[in-house]
Amino acid sequence: MSKIHYREWGIESPRYWGLLAVLAAIVALGGFATLYMEHEGHWVTGMTNQVVWGTPHVFAIFLIVAASGALNVASIGSVFGQKMYKPLARLSGLMAITLLVGGLIVLVLDLGQPARLIVAMTTYNFKSIFAWNIYLYVGFLAIVAVYLFTMMERKANRYSHGVGVLAFVWRLILTTGTGSIFGFIVARQGYDAAIMAPMFIIMSFAYGMALYLLVLMFTFNTDERPLGDMVVRRLKNLLGVFVAAIFYFTLVYHLTNLYGTENHAYEAFILRDGGVYTWVFWLGWVLLGMVVPMGILFHPALGAQRGAITIAALLVVLGGLSAIYVIVIGGQAFPMSMFPGYTVIESGYYDGVDGMARAYSPSLPEFLLGLGGIALALLATFVAVRLLQFLPTSLADEVVDPHLAK
Amino acid sequence: MSQPIDKQRRAFLATASGAAAATAVAPGVFLHAVAEAAPRDSAVSDSVRYGMLIDTSKCAEGCTDCVSACDRENGLDMLLKPEGASDQHWDMQRPRWIRQVKLKNNLTGRVTALPMMCQHCEHPPCVDVCPTGASFRRADGIVMVDRHTCIGCRYCMMACPYNARSFIHESVRLKPTATPRGKGCVESCNFCVHRLDNGGTTTACQDACQHGAIVFGDLRDPNSAVSKALAQYPSEQIRADLKLNTGVRYTDI
Repeated sequence: MSKIHYREWGIESPRYWGLLAVLAAIVALGGFATLYMEHEGHWVTGMTNQVVWGTPHVFAIFLIVAASGALNVASIGSVFGQKMYKPLARLSGLMAITLLVGGLIVLVLDLGQPARLIVAMTTYNFKSIFAWNIYLYVGFLAIVAVYLFTMMERKANRYSHGVGVLAFVWRLILTTGTGSIFGFIVARQGYDAAIMAPMFIIMSFAYGMALYLLVLMFTFNTDERPLGDMVVRRLKNLLGVFVAAIFYFTLVYHLTNLYGTENHAYEAFILRDGGVYTWVFWLGWVLLGMVVPMGILFHPALGAQRGAITIAALLVVLGGLSAIYVIVIGGQAFPMSMFPGYTVIESGYYDGVDGMARAYSPSLPEFLLGLGGIALALLATFVAVRLLQFLPTSLADEVVDPHLAK
Repeated sequence: MSQPIDKQRRAFLATASGAAAATAVAPGVFLHAVAEAAPRDSAVSDSVRYGMLIDTSKCAEGCTDCVSACDRENGLDMLLKPEGASDQHWDMQRPRWIRQVKLKNNLTGRVTALPMMCQHCEHPPCVDVCPTGASFRRADGIVMVDRHTCIGCRYCMMACPYNARSFIHESVRLKPTATPRGKGCVESCNFCVHRLDNGGTTTACQDACQHGAIVFGDLRDPNSAVSKALAQYPSEQIRADLKLNTGVRYTDI
């Protein structure tokens, strides 16, 4: 491999500022939505005392999961020594930070008492996986920041491998922690499963890779930097494999559930009778989020087209949001089995009368807050690549693989 | 040239300042003395474990006396539907500490009614998951929320197997002194802890139940009404499979 040079993102100023303005406007909308929700209280949202986590949590968890996945490209380079991935590492580390910050901000702004974040940072209950996650998230930001420094400062280059290994291990623990938020909940039928943690890890691989690929292709395209087929092919194949792995985990999760009679009602709810959740599962999570992207990515002709790859990556993102919607909201909408062997025929507080699902419909402010988180992550990414040298000047085939230069 | 000292004026000032100081300090001194005299000066101990036995055969269908009494006692009825909220949505968002549930046995078709509330578990999942420790269990078995450290994340509500907790979705304009409440915090039944801490021995729901379906007391005291009733009748825990060792037990579901 020839020496890689990095340069700031060179998109023309009007387009750059236009892009920032659009993203800033979406962030501002999210901000106003937050002020509205915090001022009025959560009654203006679709969330209730039965469905207590709503659309903001879907976006926040998606971003947090994707953040740890975005770091994969850098890990493949420095932990597993794949030289081709080295020039891709800086953007990977950067996106790991920006996506995590975007997700955490959405999560924090949805708290009933966001101003008490300081309480969450100073008062801990160490039995809570949430409390661990506060350490895991902050630690991740710090480690990846140091990792970026070791990559970007020549004198620190020799520490890059060690810090990279630490970051890789840390991100595995972090996503395990995020998955365990659900895995540890014994009360709800759909959550109490150890498979949640590894499934979240594999989801993070795919969602992070999809977002990474989209940002990489967009920044290189607008800047007219050469992006060779070899890099794109490797990354899109990896994306395809990750999506196939989600497919496998989804299958195992539902098949093991179907084996046990106690989970039949939950499975019938998600797979057949759950209305919107059933639709989102089959259409969003399975068809658009896994089957179609795999079809595109592994198709001999379509898989070589940049446009088709872009669509596949966008579909993986959509599928990811759908998957988390089904897990987070579908899991709460399904009534808890409080009285096994009995049917609730009347209840003063929505205990799933005749097995009826709990109602939830997302509200506009919740959606705007979530979207604001994504916009903020992208805004921070684009500002950073414009100011600092994150992007290599070329990822042409002959640059990343010297054998082709001959 | 110095003025002669006005002795009378000095004496007056001395008396006046002394009296003012006494007025300012005395209430503190006296109130302090009163506080020390009350039983609240000692820490709650685990020599007591509060619990409840609910006889579902006595719980009358359609009766909501315990629910209204709880609403009144804890100021839940002071919360008003926000302007512009729909009735049904508000009903799902308003706090409820106790509710009546009517059940039908899937095999026999027998119908029973029972009140559901926080089950005051010995191993409460809501306490395990709370990131700040705001959700806590007192030594005497009462599970409650510290409204000063609750950040409103609702993880406890996700974790509670009994759907016993409520989030305050709206601004609070009025609240009883005994039950602090704030928008954006979680709360639930606390066995009317303000009564117990001030020498009371009953809960509002128990007092309101005309049918005698609710017996409350100290599970550790073999002579308490609740212990005697538990010794006499077969009882069960809801979701006993979770092994939470609930403080609320039911007979004849």
